[in-house]
Amino acid sequence: MGVAVIGASMTKFGQRDAWIQELLAQAGEECLDDAGVTPTDVEHLYVSNMASGEFEGQTGVMNALAHDLGVLPAYSERVDQTSSSGGAGIYEAWQSIASGASEMTLLVGGEKMTHKTTGEATDIIASITHPAEYKHGVTLPSFAGMTARHYLERFEAPRESLARVAVKNHKNGVDNPNAQFQKEITVEQALDSPIIADPLRLYDFCPITDGSAAMMFTTEERAKEITDEYAVVSGIGGATDTHVVHERDDPTVMGGVVESSKQAYEMAGLGPEDLDVAELHDMFTILEFLQLEGIGVADQGTAWELAMDGTTAKDGNLPINTSGGLKSKGHPLGASGVAQGVEIYEQLVGEAGPRQVDAETALACNVGGFGNCVITTIMEAAE
Amino acid sequence: MTLEAGKCPNGHVSYPTHPRCPECGEPQEETFDFSDQRGEVVTWTKSTATPPGVRQPNTLAIVEFDVDGDVVRALGQVTTEEIETGAEVEPVYVEELRDPDVGLKRENPESQEWGGYRWDPV
Ligand SMILES: [Zn+2]
Repeated sequence: MGVAVIGASMTKFGQRDAWIQELLAQAGEECLDDAGVTPTDVEHLYVSNMASGEFEGQTGVMNALAHDLGVLPAYSERVDQTSSSGGAGIYEAWQSIASGASEMTLLVGGEKMTHKTTGEATDIIASITHPAEYKHGVTLPSFAGMTARHYLERFEAPRESLARVAVKNHKNGVDNPNAQFQKEITVEQALDSPIIADPLRLYDFCPITDGSAAMMFTTEERAKEITDEYAVVSGIGGATDTHVVHERDDPTVMGGVVESSKQAYEMAGLGPEDLDVAELHDMFTILEFLQLEGIGVADQGTAWELAMDGTTAKDGNLPINTSGGLKSKGHPLGASGVAQGVEIYEQLVGEAGPRQVDAETALACNVGGFGNCVITTIMEAAE
Repeated sequence: MTLEAGKCPNGHVSYPTHPRCPECGEPQEETFDFSDQRGEVVTWTKSTATPPGVRQPNTLAIVEFDVDGDVVRALGQVTTEEIETGAEVEPVYVEELRDPDVGLKRENPESQEWGGYRWDPV
């Protein structure tokens, strides 16, 4: 059964006064309105959220949201796949429609993080690691630092290429009113910012963020009755890599990206050459290179060239992260994968405003942990 | 006080050990202690933004060892702030790599080990 997306929304990302329950309800309500769907028509509700218990002491968020939105007695479930919880939510929502279990599925992803100190938030995220890694005080940024050093040394890539990713995504974020930062930066600023995990500096990292995003899924048949403007999930794949990061054969290959994108391309009957626009999980600048290589857009060790020659800029051959990416839009863990879906949906139905590019086919790659779990989604504009 | 790799009947080796071999799914039946061996730094970072209970800065390295003829990698803290890719290091034991009484696991520090090996440049 064809799966369609008929509505999408996101809240302002950034430092918000609202707590998780209110953030989720805000995106959820806006999505119901955007899709023109009555709450009681929703049959399945998925809530992508990594750690509301650890961050806020609030659990059972799917139940809270179902009640607050009046979608009772819909089946509800919280989806946790760490940073890729949002992508995993898209997978669950797609599955619910494709299997015939639901005819109308609402997905809402959200996280409330900024009330914690940076150290506390980093610790909650670092708790995804194996105890043999955690005891050394490893953090996700330090995995990024080690991987970036290896990549730059092995492929003789210029340090500036990473700064170019940050500059590009900040530039794109200026046109996104919901982004945490709507501010351009320069290569010099990026290269002079404080060191966080050598050789990576402050502007190589996404911020800590509160926010929520939502999407409405239904069958293609039903979508045609409801609206002229919809997108189709034509391919999706999910895969898991090692829990222990140093056990991977090649530190620069994200196995989950390779495998999940292979599945998504196969299902869609498409390849990397067919993509018009993509959202990649730029939690760290280096990840944009590893994903461009993992999804087959660039050969191993060469994706940095695309940042240098403008291929991935908004006016380039393959615009990457027109939303501003996690880098400038922000990264509320459970919301991020859904917000990627929101961006490619808006690009495909022509609702991206000043960020609009010409796109019929779009991909989103949502990475959990340091490539530990990955979901790749391909969406196409309705014919 | 061991740095222990696991090996399955098909000869695949991993550090740390797992109940089943990550390569082939067979039970890991043998273990090898490589805490007395020297290894080579594959890559490293000096992390300046560290979580509660972790030293600051925290220099970390992935080090490659030859364990019974197989390549085994391990992540660990470095005894110095700076190190070089390709440097030779040896493991030195530390009772507590980070303070278990602060941070997310403070209510249940017994849930995991806190001692382990740092890499000391030779
Ligand atoms: Zn094996």
